[in-house]
Amino acid sequence: MTARDYDDVPGTYVLDSRQYRRGYALNMFLMSLNKAEGRDEFAKDEKAYMSKFKVTDAQMDAVLSRDYLELLKLGANVYYTFKLVSHDKQPPQVMYGKMSNPELSFDEFQAMMMAGGRPIEGNRSKKEQG
Amino acid sequence: MAKIIAGMGTSHVPGVGAAMDNGKTDEAYWKELFAGFAPLRDWHKQNVPDVNIIVYNDHATYYSLDSYSTFTIGVAEEFQPADEGWGPRKVPVVKGHPELAWHLVEQLMAEEFDMSVAGSLDVDHGLTVPLSIAYDQPQEWPTAVVPLCVNVIQHPLPTALRCYKLGQAIGRAVASFPEDISVGIWGTGGLSHQLGGERAGVINAEFDTAFLDNLVSDPEANSRLSHTDFIREAGCEGVEMIMWNVMRGALNKQVKEIYRLYHIPVSATAYGAIILENT
Repeated sequence: MTARDYDDVPGTYVLDSRQYRRGYALNMFLMSLNKAEGRDEFAKDEKAYMSKFKVTDAQMDAVLSRDYLELLKLGANVYYTFKLVSHDKQPPQVMYGKMSNPELSFDEFQAMMMAGGRPIEGNRSKKEQG
Repeated sequence: MAKIIAGMGTSHVPGVGAAMDNGKTDEAYWKELFAGFAPLRDWHKQNVPDVNIIVYNDHATYYSLDSYSTFTIGVAEEFQPADEGWGPRKVPVVKGHPELAWHLVEQLMAEEFDMSVAGSLDVDHGLTVPLSIAYDQPQEWPTAVVPLCVNVIQHPLPTALRCYKLGQAIGRAVASFPEDISVGIWGTGGLSHQLGGERAGVINAEFDTAFLDNLVSDPEANSRLSHTDFIREAGCEGVEMIMWNVMRGALNKQVKEIYRLYHIPVSATAYGAIILENT
């Protein structure tokens, strides 16, 4: 598939046609958690509910283990992934920290943001990161 | 004739709405930001237009992968706050302005902007948080609203230049609306932030400041930025800043900067706000 000029931005998952096709079923499952009925059914039996959508085994495992970074790698978009975080009644910083490299706790992520955020220097291009 | 009195840019971080809805604005984390809102809210109290055109984006709420429109105008009588996964925000229903909304649709189509028309549109934090920032917690919002939803999530996105030109066309369309009403235009989203991936939390104050400076004095410079410029420099979700170009395009060439606020962090975002009056 066509390469994009943002492919060399490190640690970034853009919802483009590649991500769209990889993650269609996964994102549509996540989208269904916008509705109270979907959330209730998911809460009762996560696996059974997900099996109604055509998600892959790997995507299902990533949902069950709340492996947010793996979800992005398997096609999820972060705005759809929020539905899962909200369902779990977690603050978003938990997800941000878990996706970070290296992984950060809620407190560590908050502290990084309070100190001005993750610096842009060294984070613009994969080339900068060697 | 209708007249645009001013433009506002503001981030629309959901955490700001949640802090207000849950009574947390006096907590240390929020205190400084809300102190910064005070002059902005004073200005809004003195300058209430009949209608605000609010340029915002939906966050996997109304739109999802099954269908996506680039530019959508809400033409309904009212818009309900949406359930985004934790139940709808308990804020007033947003009253629409179907006459101006349809006028915009017709004029923009005539100028070759192929707008989508939404007759039933639940609005998420992208639209309701800016209302909360400007108007605090009233029983009813003090103005009618025309929602203008831009796709800034599912690529390909409209270019920064296209957004600026859309704003210019909105400026002309408002000027040709036959009723004597006053109109505000708001661009929302940004500033630098990235929510997903190993680089989550990236902030670029230098880029944000240059964008705000150019918004005032050289808006065409902001319309020359590519999506990759935004993604690389301002984070994957920083590309929301193209919506501020719509707001700026609708204003006069010369504007007066009334107020600016920049605060790090709000959640994983650099918060920015600006008020620009037509001169």
